[in-house]
Order: sequence, then structure tokens, then C-alpha cells
Amino acid sequence: MSGSGAADGGGLRARLVVTRAAFVLDIELEVAPGEVLALLGPNGAGKTTALRALAGLAALSEGGRIGLDGRPLHDLPAELRPIGMVFQDYLLFPHLSALDNVAFGPRCHGASKAEARRTAAALLERVGLSAHASARPGTLSGGQAQRVALARALAVGPRLLLLDEPLAALDAHTRLEIRSQLRRHLDDFDGAAVLVTHDPLDAMVLADRLVVVEDGAIVQTGPPAEVARRPRTDYVARLVGLNLYRGTASDRRVEVGGMSFSVVEHLQGPAFVAFSPAAVALYRARPDGTPRNLWQARIEGIERHGDNVRVHLEGPITAFADITPAAVADLDLTPGQAIWASVKATETHAYPA
Amino acid sequence: MFRRLSRWAVAAPVVLALATGLSGCGSGEPAATASSPTSASTTAPAEATTLNVFAAASLTGTFTELGKAFEAAHPGASVRFNFGSSATLAQQITQGAPADVFAAASPATMKTVTDASLAASPVTFVRNKLEIAVPPDNPAKVDALSDLADPKVKVALCAAQVPCGAAAVKALDAAGVTVKPVTLEQDVKATLTKVQLGEVDAALVYKTDVLASQGKVTGIAFPEADKAVNDYPIAPLSNASAPGLAQQFVDLVLSQQGRDVLGKAGFETP
Amino acid sequence: MGRPPWPLLIPAVIGMAFLVLPLAGLLVRAPWSTLPSRLAGAQVLEALRLSLVTATVATAVCLLLGVPLAWLLARVSFPGRRVVRALITVPLVLPPVVGGVALLLVLGRRGLVGQWLDATFGVSLPFTTAGVVVAEAFVAMPFLVISVEGALRGADPRFEEAAATLGASRWTVFHRVTLPLVAPGVVAGAVLCWARALGEFGATITFAGNFPGRTQTMPLAVYLALETDPESAIVLSLVLLVVSVAILAALRDRWVTSP
Repeated sequence: MSGSGAADGGGLRARLVVTRAAFVLDIELEVAPGEVLALLGPNGAGKTTALRALAGLAALSEGGRIGLDGRPLHDLPAELRPIGMVFQDYLLFPHLSALDNVAFGPRCHGASKAEARRTAAALLERVGLSAHASARPGTLSGGQAQRVALARALAVGPRLLLLDEPLAALDAHTRLEIRSQLRRHLDDFDGAAVLVTHDPLDAMVLADRLVVVEDGAIVQTGPPAEVARRPRTDYVARLVGLNLYRGTASDRRVEVGGMSFSVVEHLQGPAFVAFSPAAVALYRARPDGTPRNLWQARIEGIERHGDNVRVHLEGPITAFADITPAAVADLDLTPGQAIWASVKATETHAYPA
Repeated sequence: MFRRLSRWAVAAPVVLALATGLSGCGSGEPAATASSPTSASTTAPAEATTLNVFAAASLTGTFTELGKAFEAAHPGASVRFNFGSSATLAQQITQGAPADVFAAASPATMKTVTDASLAASPVTFVRNKLEIAVPPDNPAKVDALSDLADPKVKVALCAAQVPCGAAAVKALDAAGVTVKPVTLEQDVKATLTKVQLGEVDAALVYKTDVLASQGKVTGIAFPEADKAVNDYPIAPLSNASAPGLAQQFVDLVLSQQGRDVLGKAGFETP
Repeated sequence: MGRPPWPLLIPAVIGMAFLVLPLAGLLVRAPWSTLPSRLAGAQVLEALRLSLVTATVATAVCLLLGVPLAWLLARVSFPGRRVVRALITVPLVLPPVVGGVALLLVLGRRGLVGQWLDATFGVSLPFTTAGVVVAEAFVAMPFLVISVEGALRGADPRFEEAAATLGASRWTVFHRVTLPLVAPGVVAGAVLCWARALGEFGATITFAGNFPGRTQTMPLAVYLALETDPESAIVLSLVLLVVSVAILAALRDRWVTSP
């Protein structure tokens, strides 16, 4: 699961270098057979470029190389790579039926028409779309099209499956359903899989390991739970919904800007402190009682956040606090107002930077 | 940016159309005023100073020369030519084209105009005879009309519908020679072009065309050409805007000066 | 949507009248009483048949050569591509008669290539039906190339990428994905091309000459009829018009599904 399988020849080992005007992508990836790796990152970080480079649709620059199951891939054109790719908007051929879309790959790989159609029919059945085999892509719903696209990519028996924002084009309800189906199909797939997404939930549910890419470089990598608990950049922290600060630790205190956080971990040197917005309590007047991480802040903005209200705080540190609408009314919060904020040491999480 | 551009791209023609449309609707008066100077020059009782001569294409060189002489002799007058296929010109005249003089390459095309009562008493001013035109190197070694009957010789003729084609048919009939042409060209210049480019080995064209080609084709005279002489009639047109000038131009063509110019170009003057 | 706005409607109606009125002129002036006897002439049917056959063959030639050319221009960047694209429009701006002369200079008996064709294969294109096809294809091909290239540029190239990731070679991508995607553009181009070839006059008469049954197409017959008998010319024009409109309308129903 950790990518160690790639070390002994199986799976994907790649260094992707793509140099464009004003943009350089340079990342190293290792994906074991059966493992699903998610490339997570903001728009323009280079995720899709990385995927296209793996597929052979974007040329690698000097220093780039791709090995799959011990064989070099980077010299092969796209059509000779043992890959399957699911595109963001699926790109199902509009002039072919769902069945012929799926049969397209096997036909290109030399299967007879009947053989290709048998393969395609079996795959459509696997994704639960046998009834729509003769439908044109234009008549399929988003979820159905997504499943045809997956079947089409799997039909060539790829050793590397590439998925570019596979759920981005779906509405929230369909997304939920397709996400879990996709998870099952990915579990069944025995090759390496690389998934590009900017949605942390997709990444958490679908991937065994995350690689966070920002500005063309890897900023964090690890299992989803680890990344979610210990974000290392503001982008990741925002994605997973945590307040994150970088400071200097000395035993059970971390100095961040003008603040000194009490934490439970014993640490020395550069460290991160993270806590959930829901862990932040707000007071009109300075509260008495147990020693807490307490600071005075100014309200920058207030917005709805799910069922709660998210309060943007400025002060010695910039933080988000999630409180209930009832609390907003009780505290009579307005932007610009000064307020006291606190978080318990037990609600924080500190780790080395 | 693109959006704005594309909107302009759509709007511009509409605006243009509107602008022209509006000026078209609202300016009945100004339009009439604008065109009045020209209409005055063509319909005023005073004689117009521009003479429109419609002449067969084969007269291009000679008539241009005569037109210059005419302008020199009539200060203030200018001659405009419309050269083309005689049949086309005849149709333009019967459809109301502004013409003062018509010089045709065949009596038949002139007849179209006289039948429409647009010209009276045409006069034959020159005759044109056919010659065999061959490329300068004469690849098929043609030297008589009978050589054209050889199926190995590629021959171009004018189509029977045009004067040079009618003359060719007459001449071949007179000689009793049967020719299988590869093409029946739409006019004598096109026929000549085929010889010049070497696409055919021989063609029947007018002697004047051979002379005008300045050595690019070689002409071979043949006796049966006398049986197919083409008469060129000329006439001032009855609704000419410059009837006086029209008659003077016809007079010039028929004069010794006119005969000299035409004779030099290979026409036979009656 | 409401009524069409008048700044569009008025020019549209004027434009339509401008295109249709000359046709009405032909219909009004047609010698209806003598029409059947004029049509019965063997040469009319011969010219019509020749026109349809040559225009169709010319369109086939244009498809065969023009679609790959359009693909090259739309999909492959090579030095001088802009120049080539400009050169392709030359037959559009060249007076067709000049085009015919240019063809003679290249493919004629003494032309650059024609000389060699004649010497090597004994093939001479001028004054043959094949020559008519050559002249028509020369003049009509730009219409096909331009509309197919436009369709190719409008088509989403990512479909071709998707096909490549499925293992399709460039040739497979072209004929199984690209071509079906741009089929409407190809059909539209072919229709334009065919119509242009059918009406071709200048290049044809110059390059292929005029001989009934061999190179005399309808437009040539019309032109020569105009020399002696304008009414016959009108009849011939009408025949050409009716036949071509009928064929195009039938094709449209068959190939181009209206939205």
C-alpha cells in the first residue's frame, strides 16, 4: 500500500518533468499494482498535465521518465502504452453506441468485431449498463456516461488506469452513488491507478495514497487519513477544513507569530499546529477559568457553512471558527467587532514541520 | 474580449446594411440629383461627346487604333469600345445596352439587331478569310486543308454557332474534306490559344488572327477559303445618343484611312 | 423568441430576393410552348449526362485528395502552412479561364507534366472527358478543402486524444473518429464542390475544349446556345437548375438531418 511494490519492478515509477513557458512540473510518482494514487491540488497546479504526460498526450521534458512494470513507457506514443484513461468530460465518441465506444479499444488492439463486442458487453454488464448498450452517448445521463467511460478505459486491459476528475461533471447526488461504485471498480483493478482530483472527499474515498501538488511540485504525500490529520500547507488545511499554523515548538508549547499555543505533544523545533474550526469557542468578554489558548480577535466576516456559521477571525493569527446560528444570535456578532477566541490544548494537534 | 469582438463582427454588417438601407429609403430626391449630370450628358438635346462602339473581338486592334484617330480628329469626343463575341454584343444591344455603333463579325449577328429595328442599312466594311493556323514548328506537317482529315492530326475548329465556325464548315464542305476536330471552341481567340499552346496541331482561324499573333502561329492560306469569306457589317444604331458622331465614326471606318488600317491587319476591304 | 428583429429581417429578405429573382427571370422568359421539342434534342441529354457524371467524379476526386489535404492543414503544423493555405484559395480568385490556361501549361500536351504523361503513358488530358473532370476538380476543390478544414478546426481534438489512449493509430483515429465527427462538414463541402463543378464553364472549355458527348457539359452547351438561340440557352439552364436542385434536395433529406 505504501508504494514499496513499485520498487521491485511492478507498478508505476515515474519522474514527470514538463517545462512550459512560466510553468515547470517536476514530480516523482510511485504506484504499486493494485494501488490507487490521487493527485490532489488546486487548479493550475499541474495535475492534469501530469496525467497527460503519463498517457503520452503531453511530451516529457529533459529528465522525465516513465516506467511501468519495469518497462520504459516514455518513448512510446499514447496508442502503444498499456493505459486506460477516463477523461473529465468522458469524451465518449458521439457517433458510436455505448457498446461500440467500449469495443473501440479492443478493436484497436486487434480483436475481431465480434470479440470486441463480447468484451464490451461484459464490461457494460459489470458497470450495470447492459440495458443501454445501444444508446448513443448523447442520450445517457452523466452517471451513465461516466460508467461507460470507465468501461471503455478498462476494456483494453490496461496496466495503468488514469482518471482525470472522474466525478467532477456529476451533480451531488449522482456523485455520491458513482463514487462508491468507482471505489469498487478500482478495488477490482489489479494495475496501478492514478486519479486526479481537486475534491478532498473523492481523494479520501477513492485513493490509497495522496500526493498533493502545488505549483508543479509535490508538497505533501501520504495515506488520506494522515494527510487529513496533518496538513502541511494552507491549501491542504483548507481542503480538509483545519486551521493550520507553522511555528517553533519547545516542549508542549508552539510559538506562532505573537501567540503561544499549549499543545499535548512534546516537540522541539519547527512544528505545525492544527485545529478544527469547530474547536474554536467565541466570547464577548474575556472568559475566566482553566488556562486555555486564548486570544483577542476581530471579526472579518461571517458566512454560512453547512448547517453552521463560519466566522473569519483576524488578530495575532488568522483563524476560522464554526459556531451554531444560535450562538451567533446570542453573541450578537457583527463584522468589525472585537471578540475573544479560545481553543483547548486537547483539541489541537501538533506535529513536526 | 472575444465576446465583444464577435458581437461587433455580427453588428458591423447589420449597421452597414442599415446605413445603406436608410440612405436608400430616405434619399429618393438626392439620388435623382446625383445621377442627373450623367443622364444630362446622355439625354440632353445637345449631342453627347462619348461614343460607344460595340465591335467584334477580332476588331480589337484595328478599331482601337481608329478610335484614337477619331478622337484626334474630333477634339472633345471620346470613343469607348466594348469588344466581344458578336452574338453577345447583339444581345446586349437588343436588351438596351447604350451603344452608338455596332460592328459585327457576321451578317447573321447584325441581323439580330436590324430585326429589332435598332439599326438600318448596315454596310459591309471588311471581309475576313480563314487560314490554317499551325504552331511555328508545325509538328503534324500540315500544308493543305486535306491534311486536316488525317485522324492523327489534332484539329480545333470554332463551334458552328459562332461566325468562324460557320465559315469553317462552309470551307470544309466546299473542299469536300471531313475533319474530326477534338474541340469546337467558343470563339476564334480560344481556338488560336489552343494552337499557340501546342495542344492542337492545326486550327481554322481568320487570317487577321494569324497576323495579330505576331509569329506565335503560322498561317497557311488555302484556296477553299474564298468560298467561306466572312462579311463584317457596320451600322450606326437608331437610338444612338450621339447619332452625328456615330455616323462620322462609320464614315471613318469606310474611309481610305480606315481601309488602310484594316488592310494592314489582314482584312480584305471590299 | 418573438418576431425576428427587422435589422436582420429586411436585409435577409432583400438578400433572398437578390438570389431568387434572376431565377424567376429565367422562368418567366422560358419558351414553354416549344420546351418539349427543345428538350428532345439528343445533345441536351448527352450534355446533361456528361455534366452529372463529370461533376460527380470530380467531387469524388476532390474528396479523395481534398479531405486529406484539409486534415494536413488542420492537424499537422509544418513550415509554410499559412502559405499553402493561401495558395489553396488561388483557384477561387483566379478567373476560371486563366485556371484553364494554367492547367494547359501544366497538364497540356506540351505542359510541364503533360509532356511527360504523353511521352510515358501516351496520356493526353486536354479534349477528353477526364480533362473535364480535372478542370472541374481544380476549380471546385477549394470549396471542399476550406469547409472540411473549418469542420476539423471546429472539432474537439480531445476526442482524437481519447482514441489514441485506447490504442488507435493516427490512421484509425482519422477514419473511425475524426471523419465521422466532421461528416456534416464533409457533406456540406462535397455539396458545394459538386455544385461548383456542375456549373463550371471557363476552366472546362479552356482546358478540355468543347465537343458534344465528350467534353461539352451543360454550361458549355448553354454558352454556345446563347450565341445563336437565347431561348434554347434558357431551356438548358432551367434543365441544369431543376436537376441540380432536385439532387441536392434529395441528398439533404438523406444525409443532412435538419435540427
